[in-house]
Amino acid sequence: MELKRVVITGVGTVNPLGNSVNEYWDNLQKGVSGATPISKFDASKYKTQFACEVKNFDVEQYMERKEARKYDLYTHYALATATQAMTDSGLDMERIDHDRAGVIWGAGIGGLQTFFEETRSFREDNPRFSPFFIPKMIANMAGGLISIRYRFRGPNFTTVTACASASHAIIEAFNMIRLGRAELMITGGSEAAVNEAGVAGFNSMRAISTRNDDPKTASRPFDKDRDGFVIGEGSAAFILEEYESAKKRGAHIYAEIVGGGMSSDAFHMTAPDPEGRGAELVMKWAIEDAGLKPEDVDYINVHGTSTPLGDIAEPKAIIKMFGEHAYKLSISSTKSMTGHLLGAAGAVEGLASVLAIKNSLIPPTINHFTDDPEIDNRLDFTFNVAKQKNVNIAISNTFGFGGHNATLVFKKL
Amino acid sequence: MSDVAAKVKAIIVDKLGVDESEVTNEASFTNDLGADSLDTVELIMEFEKEFDLAIPDDQAEKISTVGEAIAHIEEAVK
Repeated sequence: MELKRVVITGVGTVNPLGNSVNEYWDNLQKGVSGATPISKFDASKYKTQFACEVKNFDVEQYMERKEARKYDLYTHYALATATQAMTDSGLDMERIDHDRAGVIWGAGIGGLQTFFEETRSFREDNPRFSPFFIPKMIANMAGGLISIRYRFRGPNFTTVTACASASHAIIEAFNMIRLGRAELMITGGSEAAVNEAGVAGFNSMRAISTRNDDPKTASRPFDKDRDGFVIGEGSAAFILEEYESAKKRGAHIYAEIVGGGMSSDAFHMTAPDPEGRGAELVMKWAIEDAGLKPEDVDYINVHGTSTPLGDIAEPKAIIKMFGEHAYKLSISSTKSMTGHLLGAAGAVEGLASVLAIKNSLIPPTINHFTDDPEIDNRLDFTFNVAKQKNVNIAISNTFGFGGHNATLVFKKL
Repeated sequence: MSDVAAKVKAIIVDKLGVDESEVTNEASFTNDLGADSLDTVELIMEFEKEFDLAIPDDQAEKISTVGEAIAHIEEAVK
């Protein structure tokens, strides 16, 4: 069976660096941090009092207030970015075969805010929950609602693999078109866990930074003094189309998706394999799947969360995977600016990779102050300042709690 | 308009996002005000909370218009 080629013809995002793709890219290339003191709740008693929040998001730009009321924030972000991406694609709704169009979405947690609010008002003597509790909360509802908005009756499911969720979703959407099971897919991911439960939960795990006196430098991947990730929120969405039909309709093509890899650490609930074996394997499968050689890769948008262990394991995996070429390719962690969007990370970072290809510019890893002797600093982490470079092939790594790894491969077209 | 009627109508306006002028006594939640089955359950729960009463399911099923809701609540809070 001949595999079909898959291209990206529309993009959208709402994230801590901006509520549009242009604003996002502008801040990525300038090296702006999205971290600010938490505004969503009183965090004065929390170990961590800052986050990468979405700012000035107006849900009523995307749906009526009465509709918004029934959906969790993670779904608001999803519908907003899917709508941006569909508009950007210029697709004519009258000419789409709706039976052959689908949605595969990623969400790491889902409606955490809804779960927290509803259970907080629970009373044992009168055990009642809102009829919207379950449908608002479940992690697949964003994908369901995107299909309802566009009447897409093709494949529809949601991937839940923590911080790799959106990458798994994008790979599966890519596969649907590649295998001829759909002609058009909306994919990406969304997350909205900057709330009491999200912050306190990650605090207890000692996973997030507590640099309350200087939030903007808290996300410092590969720096010696890093102390955990900065929790972020938001979404990014992609329209994927079969190449020939996209070309025929004269669509603007951002890049081609040429491969996807998946692996598991099979090691620990939350800690990465210290030798990065799962990370090495996922990059290997992704590059093989794309029919490429390691030397073809120009840029890696790394998982690089700014956690003590993860930031040591991933560079080791890169060196094992790429050998001498590891020192020639460009690496950056855009989480230094966006924070960690959990289940949406693969989508916003996939978008950063696509924009790096399109603009021939590597966004930086900001907040580098001190080299970590445990990290091979001969690698080019693009510290602090963006770098002009022609990018033909970019890959994007994401690793989730549970040991789930997924890597996307994008190609200039 | 009675106190109960005013509160019931305010809840409906808020929860269903409809215009106050549409919320007449004859208006049906599902046919006129665009409520689905989940909205209807939520409305009943809001009435219970607002007026501190319990509306059993078999009675709730009989409440399909604004007027029926007001009549039921006025009777219950007497």
